[in-house]
Amino acid sequence: MFGSLQWRRCFWLSIWILLIAAVIAAPSVLPVFRLNLLGRFLSLAIVALGIDLIWGFTGLLSLGQGIFFALGGYAAAMYLQLRSSSDLPNGIPEFFSLYGVDRLPSFWEPFRSPVFTLIAIWLLPALLAAVLGALVFRNRIKGVYFSILTQAALLVFFNFFNGQQKLINGTNGLKTDVTVLFGELELGSSEMQRGFFWLTAIVVILVWIFLRWVVRGRFGNVLIAIRDDEPRLRFAGYNPTLFKTIVFAIAGGLAGIGGALYTVQSGIVSPQFMTVPFSIEMVIWVAVGGRGTLVGAILGSVSIMYAKSLVSEALPETWLFIQGGLFILVVTFLPEGVIGWFRGDGRHNLMSRLGLSRPIGTYPHLEVDGNEEVQP
Amino acid sequence: MQLLLESLFNGVAIGSVLLMAALGLAIVFGLMGVINLAHGELIMLGAYTTYVVQLIFKLPFLLPIYNVYVLVAIPCAFIVSGVVGILLERTVIRRLYGSPLETLLATWGVSLILQQFVRSVPLAYAAGFVLSLLLGFSLPVFLPKPLLEGAQSRFVRAGSWALSTFIGVLFAGGLASQISRIARATSRNVDVTAPKWMRGGLEWMDLTFPVPRLVIIVMTLIAVVGVIWFLNGSVWGIRIRAVTQNRAMSECLGIPTDAVDVLTFGIGSGLAGVAGVAVSLLGSVGPNVGTSYIVGCFMVVVLGGVGNLLGTVLASFAIGLLTDLIGAGRLLTIWPDMPAPLAGVVEFFATTSMAQVMVFALIVVFLQFRPAGLFPQKGRMVEA
Repeated sequence: MFGSLQWRRCFWLSIWILLIAAVIAAPSVLPVFRLNLLGRFLSLAIVALGIDLIWGFTGLLSLGQGIFFALGGYAAAMYLQLRSSSDLPNGIPEFFSLYGVDRLPSFWEPFRSPVFTLIAIWLLPALLAAVLGALVFRNRIKGVYFSILTQAALLVFFNFFNGQQKLINGTNGLKTDVTVLFGELELGSSEMQRGFFWLTAIVVILVWIFLRWVVRGRFGNVLIAIRDDEPRLRFAGYNPTLFKTIVFAIAGGLAGIGGALYTVQSGIVSPQFMTVPFSIEMVIWVAVGGRGTLVGAILGSVSIMYAKSLVSEALPETWLFIQGGLFILVVTFLPEGVIGWFRGDGRHNLMSRLGLSRPIGTYPHLEVDGNEEVQP
Repeated sequence: MQLLLESLFNGVAIGSVLLMAALGLAIVFGLMGVINLAHGELIMLGAYTTYVVQLIFKLPFLLPIYNVYVLVAIPCAFIVSGVVGILLERTVIRRLYGSPLETLLATWGVSLILQQFVRSVPLAYAAGFVLSLLLGFSLPVFLPKPLLEGAQSRFVRAGSWALSTFIGVLFAGGLASQISRIARATSRNVDVTAPKWMRGGLEWMDLTFPVPRLVIIVMTLIAVVGVIWFLNGSVWGIRIRAVTQNRAMSECLGIPTDAVDVLTFGIGSGLAGVAGVAVSLLGSVGPNVGTSYIVGCFMVVVLGGVGNLLGTVLASFAIGLLTDLIGAGRLLTIWPDMPAPLAGVVEFFATTSMAQVMVFALIVVFLQFRPAGLFPQKGRMVEA
């Protein structure tokens, strides 16, 4: 019989091996359509990792990540649009002529440069998040007020992008799938999509490693302290506003990267990325996977989106019922999420149900100190 | 002068719909600390109730009094949304008191389910379902006490639920057979036609005031006065406020806190239903009608300050007036020879959706100076 620690190591190791094997095998097993979907879901996992960082570790529930997601997508799409329209008259994207615009709006200009675009994809959302965050956190607005304000901000950005035909093609969005890159490959071709799948998978792993490094260190301890008792941290001499702003900016930047990768794989970016339901959906990925566990965010987003695409193909009417039920169930019965449940006492419960675990010598809550229930 | 009046009227009209919608939310959020994202869907239920009531009044034996259906729809909508709200409180929210972020997520789930519910369940059966719920909750109240206490209480309760289910099914079947329009599920938008006396407008000083807007303003006025009286003057209102201030102490003094929770949530939800009547008079009703109001409602509550009805009233009228001022580009009319760059900016924001952008920016600026809204709660909490 394994000891508890060894059991745990083996368990996680096998999960990791399975996951990595699945990602490596996917391009040769799955048809291009499914592979493309999986690639999109992996780019959503990047957004979910950001949400996990601010919500799971820092306790800030943002309902406005769609803003940053869409901004990243728009940045990528603007570059691609400009690239594919360089041989058109005026050298400006085709849709402008629909609204009688014959000069490129000035903010499009820098997006001709690929280097600028690659930086803007994460820097623009991060800067916006930092500004918004600083304005909100400076006044110690937090908890649900923060959530409501981010949601309102989301609606505002949606209105803005949806209404501005002359600047960014409004509600129709920007298409990217016919742009030619690297000689003669179209962005929508299956070779390019396969490449984007690999790129996304690698970025997910890099982001995961980065965030793991962030939350394991002293910085991560401060974040958890903000989540658990912010006034106490403040009295200890830290400045929570600074930390929260930085973390919110990181999450915004990650959402931007996810948005750009999603856009090149879905072939279009539109204000639909900024609808209120989509941004709340992002939160439930993290909640199901397990907030405060980075793997949970990845697994939660990929598995829920995959289930969504399968259910919507088979029984489109039921998906909203399932999704709604998922929200309620996770919040009321599984607040730690699936991974959190496994890490906590869930495994013990399951084993003892099956009659596999040894009886515990003492009451479990005495073994862990500092686990007392804190009354609000 | 005329311009001022017109602007004022439009602003008050926009504001009163917002106030009507936000009033219930202010009660639920302010008094109970619950973020109810399903509030918009309760509004939607109220709007659909108006639609069903209107169709019922088109039946031959009710047609002579068709004109008063709006007056009947108001209490019906209050009850329907209230019952659904109570069901929501009993099943989900009760487990989550004290953790607003969790209520936010759970009620969002509820709102998704409600949206899909009106899409995939025929309205006639939905009405029957709500009726059985209503009877099931309320029958035990009317039964004599001894019946509910002895050994037979379980059978009595089960019996009353069975009876109410039966009545609900009968009602649903009757509706479905009589009114073919609500016998089948549809996700299309429906339209509520206002009765004859509510069409057109009142002329005064060369201005036309649309009657539906006037009716909504009056409705809002009555609702606000009623809520203020209820919270400050009635016994149960005082109990609600006591529980809000100190739950443990209220319980010690014999206030049934459980019943107070149900009542507060029921009233907040019922007010959403009444707001639904107002919403149905303004435009077509669809499963998504609630989502367009919910964010505005929360902005009202945040701007007004939590737990303060006066703040809610002022905030919604302020937002209404600002939206009208910016959205209709009235600044240009007031000051026609504005410098060109400024005029460009004003024109840029002169649509309803861009006005929302501007109003949000203004609210964020305002919160920089008054982070807790117009009327903050006073206290010595470290969190404050």
